[in-house]
Amino acid sequence: MSSLTKDAPVRDVVLSLAGVSKRFGAVQALTDVHLEVAAGEVVALVGDNGAGKSTLVKVISGVYQPDAGDIELAGRHIHVGGPRQAQVLGIATVFQDLALCDNLDVVANLFLGQERLVGPVINEVEMETAAWKLLRSLSAKIPSVRIPIASLSGGQRQTVAIARALVGSPKVVMLDEPTAALGVAQTAEVLNLIERLRDNGLAVILVSHNMADVQAVADRIVVLRLGRNTAEFRVEDATTEELVAAITGASDNVVAARQQRKGGEHG
Amino acid sequence: MAEVKEAQEALPPVPADLQDERLINQVGLVPALHQFWNRLRGGDLGSLPVVLGLLIICTVFYLIEPRFLSSFTLVSMTVFAAPVGIIALGIVLVLLLGEIDLSVGSVSGFTAACMAVLVVNEGTSMFVGLAAGILIGVAIGVLYAVLHTQLGVPSFVFSLAGLLAFQGGLLYVLGKDGTINLPSDSSLVQFAKFGFISEGLAYFLVFAITAVYVGSQVWGRYRREKAGLSNSWWVWLVLKAVALFAGLAWLTWYLYIDRGWSKVWLLFAALVVVMDLLLRKTKWGRHLFAVGGNEEAARRAGIKVDRTYLSVFVLCSALAALGGLMSAGVLTTVSQSSGTTDTNLTAIAAAVIGGTSLFGGRGSAYSAMLGIVVLQAIQTGLNMTNVDSSVRFMVTGGVLLLAVAIDSISRRARSSSGRG
Repeated sequence: MSSLTKDAPVRDVVLSLAGVSKRFGAVQALTDVHLEVAAGEVVALVGDNGAGKSTLVKVISGVYQPDAGDIELAGRHIHVGGPRQAQVLGIATVFQDLALCDNLDVVANLFLGQERLVGPVINEVEMETAAWKLLRSLSAKIPSVRIPIASLSGGQRQTVAIARALVGSPKVVMLDEPTAALGVAQTAEVLNLIERLRDNGLAVILVSHNMADVQAVADRIVVLRLGRNTAEFRVEDATTEELVAAITGASDNVVAARQQRKGGEHG
Repeated sequence: MAEVKEAQEALPPVPADLQDERLINQVGLVPALHQFWNRLRGGDLGSLPVVLGLLIICTVFYLIEPRFLSSFTLVSMTVFAAPVGIIALGIVLVLLLGEIDLSVGSVSGFTAACMAVLVVNEGTSMFVGLAAGILIGVAIGVLYAVLHTQLGVPSFVFSLAGLLAFQGGLLYVLGKDGTINLPSDSSLVQFAKFGFISEGLAYFLVFAITAVYVGSQVWGRYRREKAGLSNSWWVWLVLKAVALFAGLAWLTWYLYIDRGWSKVWLLFAALVVVMDLLLRKTKWGRHLFAVGGNEEAARRAGIKVDRTYLSVFVLCSALAALGGLMSAGVLTTVSQSSGTTDTNLTAIAAAVIGGTSLFGGRGSAYSAMLGIVVLQAIQTGLNMTNVDSSVRFMVTGGVLLLAVAIDSISRRARSSSGRG
């Protein structure tokens, strides 16, 4: 599309999507979407409700299969058959509803689906040690890893969810609305966490409605509208007004108005 | 205070899991009691209500009829409780997933009838009969899993259908005779009804169980210490080991005044212990709890949810079949009333009374054992005090209601104190 800024990222691209389309019955949820994320970069994916953000996240994490398009991870064409395969490939997802098991403790949740074993038995000692190492590396404030998830606060639960995404040492981490249900201080904690992920050299995709959060941590902002790429900004270049305009689809009008005004000055 | 001094000496290398300043010191008697009290207030009742209930039941029946706690009665109770206990163990698994199986009684009767027809009428060996019974149970479990995972039929509905269908199957297989008696020299009857281990072996097992328990605990503590993690207060381990040994040794002594430990009860106990280890120590068990707690989360974590359902439904039906076979052995007969509604609800009630939540994700294999002991105590007690069976049903119903009420209340207390 013509409105896209085509400045290629200078750093090495980890995940790249090209021409991804997905339809549900009569609804074309995604049309020819492309997206690139480099190592040590936070790309924010923004858009209105129904813009296709969550569908795109689910395509990348293997929950949905795209109807068309190409996904490349570290330059290699991949097919993401399911959530398990995405994990193995190195794509970790923190879902909006956290997807934690309230009845299990922090350690069990962190390693759910990828338990460390000695023979046939779960290696609780190794898992607990690794859990502490992981949580400390994120400066997470969890008092004990042997308490059930249900007794943690919203920010602590989000921290556990993000920490869990890091257990398989992934290359790409996707966060779907990580600050949606959080208070001011907890939001700041999660934003710190996202910056720490970037500093550790991970490629981060952040899906959010909150423009302040996006502008605080993202390097690039990709805007989706009605299942298509509509705009892409470097965070330094983007004003909130421009972003809102791109999201709501009023961008054409704004551009037209500007050009008209400039044309008026010349003439 | 010895504990305080010990804690200070251990101060420089703080274990990795105790570095948060908000954690409260939990070593020593007073903090331990505090912690226990807080757990109770938070709705984490564990098996406390059942144990209290059992004590009350035993005291009341003992005061009315002192023979209730005689060696003879206790030994008979273990023999009659074990088959339904095995069925209840399968129910525990299904409840952990947040599902229900109403057909276990019918399945147990049906598989027992198939075994009896094969062995008595067709003259096959007992081994073939037992294997066929278990295999039929496995097949029923596979059918249930397919209905649940592929067609999305709720477990309540397909197991209700199974309840009727397999009761019909029982009548069909038994034919016009209606009753098949097993010869008392058959190996099943010899095992289930007349099988008792020798006193020497029993004491050896008591020693071995205690040794294995202490050994595994000490090994676990050593590994945690080596990895820089904290351990619970060592006095608890000593107290638990002493209590375990003394309890088992005393029970063994008391039961051997009569016939002693029955083989069928030991089979049940072994199944419970193995199932408990599988649930707590293996990936399969961890995944089962995860699916019961939050199925969607489990699926997204890459757990093969359908396989978990398959394994649980198969195990539940196979255990129901095994329970039915043992029941046939204990009663030496399979009749049209084998495994009818009474067995069904007793097995489900036992699992719930023992402390496994109906809401999924919470419970333990031992709840099958605790629950069946409570129900068997009530049944035996009422029989001995010559109370009509109508009252027995009412009392069992009341106890079940009480257990579910405790489950619901403790669930509410948990969510209000942040324990989910």
